[in-house]
Amino acid sequence: MSPIENLTHEPIEGEHFTIDSEATGATWEIVVGLEVHCELATATKLFCGCPNHFGSEPNTNVCPVCLGLPGSLPVLNRQVVELAMRLGRALHCEVEPSVFARKNYFYPDMPKDYQVSQYDRPINVDGWLDLPDGTRVGIERAHIEEDTGKNTHAGGSGRIHGADYSLVDYNRAGVPLVEIVGRPHIRHPEQAKAYIDELRAILLATGASDAKMEEGSLRVDANVSVRHVGDAELGTRCEIKNLNSLRSLGRAIEYEARRQVDLLETGERIRQETRHWDEGAGRTRPGRSKEEAEDYRYFQEPDLVPLDPGREWVDAIDAALPVLPAERRARLAAAAGVAPAEAAIAVARDLDALALSAIDAGGEPARVLTHVEHNLAVEGAEGLDPSHLAALIALELDGKLTATQAKAVLAEMVTSGEPPDAIAAAKGFEAMDTSALEAVLDEIIAANAEAWSDYCEGDDKKRGKLTGFFVGNVMKATKGQADGKIVTALLEQRRVGA
Amino acid sequence: MSELPATAAGIAAGVRAGQVSARAVVDAHLATIDATEGEVHAFNLVLADEARAAADVIDQRVAAGEDPGPLAGVPVALKDNLCTRGLPTTCSSRILEGWRPPYDATVVARLAATGAVAIGKTNLDEFAMGSSTENSAFGPTRNPRDTDRVPGGSSGGSAAAVAAGFAPVSLGSDTGGSIRQPAALCGVVGVKPTYGLVSRYGLVAFASSLDQIGPFSTTVADAALLLDAIGGHDPRDSTSIDRPYQPVGPVLDQGVAGLRVGLVTELMGDGIAPDVAARVREAAEALAAAGAEIVEVSVPAVTYGLSAYYLIAPAEASSNLARYDGVRYGLRVDAPTTAEMNAATRTAGFGDEVKRRIMLGTYALSAGYYDAYYGKALKVRTLIVRDFDAAYEQADLLLSPTSPTTAFRFGDKTDDPLAMYLNDVCTIPSNLAGHPAMSVPYGPGADGMPVGVQLLAPALGEPTMFRAAAVLEAAAPSLEELAR
Repeated sequence: MSPIENLTHEPIEGEHFTIDSEATGATWEIVVGLEVHCELATATKLFCGCPNHFGSEPNTNVCPVCLGLPGSLPVLNRQVVELAMRLGRALHCEVEPSVFARKNYFYPDMPKDYQVSQYDRPINVDGWLDLPDGTRVGIERAHIEEDTGKNTHAGGSGRIHGADYSLVDYNRAGVPLVEIVGRPHIRHPEQAKAYIDELRAILLATGASDAKMEEGSLRVDANVSVRHVGDAELGTRCEIKNLNSLRSLGRAIEYEARRQVDLLETGERIRQETRHWDEGAGRTRPGRSKEEAEDYRYFQEPDLVPLDPGREWVDAIDAALPVLPAERRARLAAAAGVAPAEAAIAVARDLDALALSAIDAGGEPARVLTHVEHNLAVEGAEGLDPSHLAALIALELDGKLTATQAKAVLAEMVTSGEPPDAIAAAKGFEAMDTSALEAVLDEIIAANAEAWSDYCEGDDKKRGKLTGFFVGNVMKATKGQADGKIVTALLEQRRVGA
Repeated sequence: MSELPATAAGIAAGVRAGQVSARAVVDAHLATIDATEGEVHAFNLVLADEARAAADVIDQRVAAGEDPGPLAGVPVALKDNLCTRGLPTTCSSRILEGWRPPYDATVVARLAATGAVAIGKTNLDEFAMGSSTENSAFGPTRNPRDTDRVPGGSSGGSAAAVAAGFAPVSLGSDTGGSIRQPAALCGVVGVKPTYGLVSRYGLVAFASSLDQIGPFSTTVADAALLLDAIGGHDPRDSTSIDRPYQPVGPVLDQGVAGLRVGLVTELMGDGIAPDVAARVREAAEALAAAGAEIVEVSVPAVTYGLSAYYLIAPAEASSNLARYDGVRYGLRVDAPTTAEMNAATRTAGFGDEVKRRIMLGTYALSAGYYDAYYGKALKVRTLIVRDFDAAYEQADLLLSPTSPTTAFRFGDKTDDPLAMYLNDVCTIPSNLAGHPAMSVPYGPGADGMPVGVQLLAPALGEPTMFRAAAVLEAAAPSLEELAR
C-alpha cells in the first residue's frame, strides 16, 4: 500500500492557524496547497542545446528550436529527465510512463503560443514531504514543462496595458521546469514557509535546482481557502500567483485567509480566481477570474514520443539518491536524544554528519549541537576532525576551558586543523586547577574585606552585584583564564562555609 | 534539352562520369522554366543564380576527380514549406511574407550533400491545406497537361514542376494525400514514405502526426533515388525512426512474383469514377500477369478516415499555426493591444481555408467538445490501424485509386469544401496509420487526363511497394498515345 493512502486532508501534526471571529464567534482555519515551479539545473534547455544560463544578455541563448521557428522540432534533454526523476524519487513519488502535451494559449513571451508540459500523464505522481515539525505534506505530482520568455513593459504602470513599448527576452524560453503540485495539507503560514524551505533543501541535496527565489528559479503559487474548524469539505480557493519570497508567502496567505473570512462572514461567496500579491500595499488583488479563464485545449504533443524511463533507470536513480534532510534530522535527533526539529539547524547548515561523528567520538550531544548550530562557521567546517570537536567538549566539561575560550579554540581548529589542547596551550588558555584559583581568591578577598562582608551578609540583589565584582577581579588577575562559573561556585561555597 | 538525360538517374550518371555538365543541365531546365512557367506558375521562387552557382561547384568537383554524390547535378524543386537557409519560405501565405529561415530543413541539407541542386521553391495550398493549389495566397498553379485544370494539392507546384519538365524530381509534403493526389492528377510518380522514415525537421508543420515529406518524379527509379537520399534517422526529429535505413534502389527490379496484392473493396465503389476504377483493375491484372496473386480485401474503417482526418489535422493545425501571431516574424498588423494585434494580423495574414481549419480544430479541441470530436477521432485512428493490420495478414500490398477522379477544372469545388475534402478519401487512411503509399501513373482517364493508381504497404514496407511500382510502371499504358 502506498503510504499516501494513509493521508487525509488533515495534517498529522503541527499547529493550526485559526482566525476567531469577533462578529460570529466562529473559528476558521486556513487550508493551503502550494504549487512550486522550479528551474532544473541542467547545462542546456529542455528541447534544444542552448545554454540554460541566468543573467546572459537578452536573446543570446536562443536557437530556432527554443524560439519555436517554423519547421523546428523539440528533442528531449536526457538530463532533464534524470533531474526530474531524482527530485521525484526524493519526494517519494512513483515514476510513471509519461506523455507530453501542448497547453495552447496566446502570449508574447511564448514562442510557439503553446507550452509543452505534462498534463494527464505526469512523470512523478503521489509522493510526500515531511516538515521539521512532523507534518507530512502530500505531493500530487511533479511534472516536466518548459519555461516561457520574459516580458518587460516600458513606461506606464509596468503592466502590458498602457506601456509605451514591450521587450521580450527569450533566453528563459525552453528552460526546463518541474512543477511540484502539493496537496492542500498546509494549515499555517509558517508551515507554508517551512514547506518551501524543506523543498529547497531537497532540490539542493538532489542537485535538481539551485532553487534561488530571487533569480526566479523557484516560484511559488499558493492556493488558499478557509473553512470552519471541524469541517471536512474544502472551501472555494483563490490562487495567489508568483510569490517571490518566504516573507511574501507568509503575509499573502494570512492576508488572503482574513479576506476570505471577512467575505464569508458578511454572507458573500468566494469567487475562484487568480490573485496577485502586492507587497507594498500588503494585500492581494484580483487577476484573471474563472469566468474568463482560458480553455487550454490540451492534446498530446505530436512532435515528441511518450517517455518511459524504465525500471532500470529508476533503480539507478534510487541507488544514487543522497540521504534527504528529513532522514538526516531524524538520525541526528536520535543520536543526540532530542526532537527532530532541534536537529533542523545542523541539517540546514549541512553539519549534521560532523555532529553525528562528534557524538560518536564521545562528544556530549547537547554541546555538539550547540557548537554546530551556533558557534561553528559553515565555511571550512567540513575539514574539522570530529574527534577534535569531542575533545574540545571534554575540555569544557572538565572546566579546563571556559565557554568563551572554547569558541575561540573552535574557530582556530577549523583554520589550523590542530587538536584543541594544543590550540588552548598556544593561546595561553592554561587550565587553572581549583587550588590555584583558591589562592587567587584568598588574595582578592583579603584585599577587599569590606566588599566580602557585604557579599556574605547582603541581600540577593547586593550579592548579585558583588559576585560580578569578585569574578571580574579574578578574571583580571588570571588574565581571563578562570571559569566564571567555577569562581561563582567557590564564592558561594566560602560564604555558606563562613 | 534533347541531348541531355531526362531522368534524375540519367543526369546524375552523366554528371558523375563527366559526360554532362551540371551547369548545362541547370541551364536547360531554367530555359524550360522561362518558356512555360508563366502559364503553369509552379514556383513561388526560382533560384536561377543559386542553382547555376551550385551546378558550377558540382562541375568543379567532378573536374577535380571528386564524386559529388548520387544526385550530382540533379535539379530539385522544393515545396515552399521546406525551410531553406536565408531564402524566403512562405508556405504560400501572406503571414510569412519576408521570413527567411536561418537553417535548412534536414531533407534540403541531405539533398545538397548528395549533389542535388535546388532550382526553386514550389507553390502550394496555403500551409499545405487543400487539394487543388487554389488556396495559395500567390495564385493557383495550373496543371501542365491542361492548364484549365487544377494540378491537385497541396503539393500542386511540386507535381506540376516535374510534369512540366522544370525539374526531373521534386519534394512535397503529404498530410492527407498532398503528394499522391497531385502526382496522380499531373501524371507523375509521388511517394508518401512511412511516418518517421524521413525527417520532418525544417518542414513547416501543418499536422505534425500526419505530415511526411516525399518525392515526385517521372520514373519509379528516380523516386527511389530521391527517397534513398533523404531517408534515415535524424536526431533532430524525435519522431524519426531510429534504425538503419533500408534503401529501395537495390530491390527495384525484383518483381512481384509470389506477392499477394489486395484490392481495397471500400475504395473501389461509390464515389470512384468508373474510368478510374477501370484503370485500377487493369493495374491489378498487370500485377497478376507479373506473378502476383490478386485478392479482394476489406478495410472497413477506411470509410471513417475522412471524418477522423478532418478533426485531427485541423486540431493539430490550430496549435501549429498559433505561432503566427505577429510578435516575432512575418506579417504584423498594428493594433492597440496584443490580443487585437494578434487578431488583426491573423485576419489579414491567413486565407479562408486556413481560417476554416483553425476554427474547426480549435472547436474540436475545446474543453466541452474534446471527447465528442477529437477524442473520438483518435479512436477511429486506432481502428484504422487495426483494420490495416488485419488486411496485411491477407496481402503484402494493397491497391486502390489515388484520387476518385482525374484533374478537375478550376473553381469546380472551391465553393464546396466538403466536395473538395472527398478528393482525399483514398489517400488519408495511410496518413492516419503512418503507413507508406505511392501513386503511379496508369494511363489516361476518359477525359484524357492522367489516372494514378495507389500502392499501399505496411510500415517500412517501401521496398516491396517500390518493386510493385516498377512492375506497374513497365505495364502502364502511355499517357500521350492514348490521350488523343
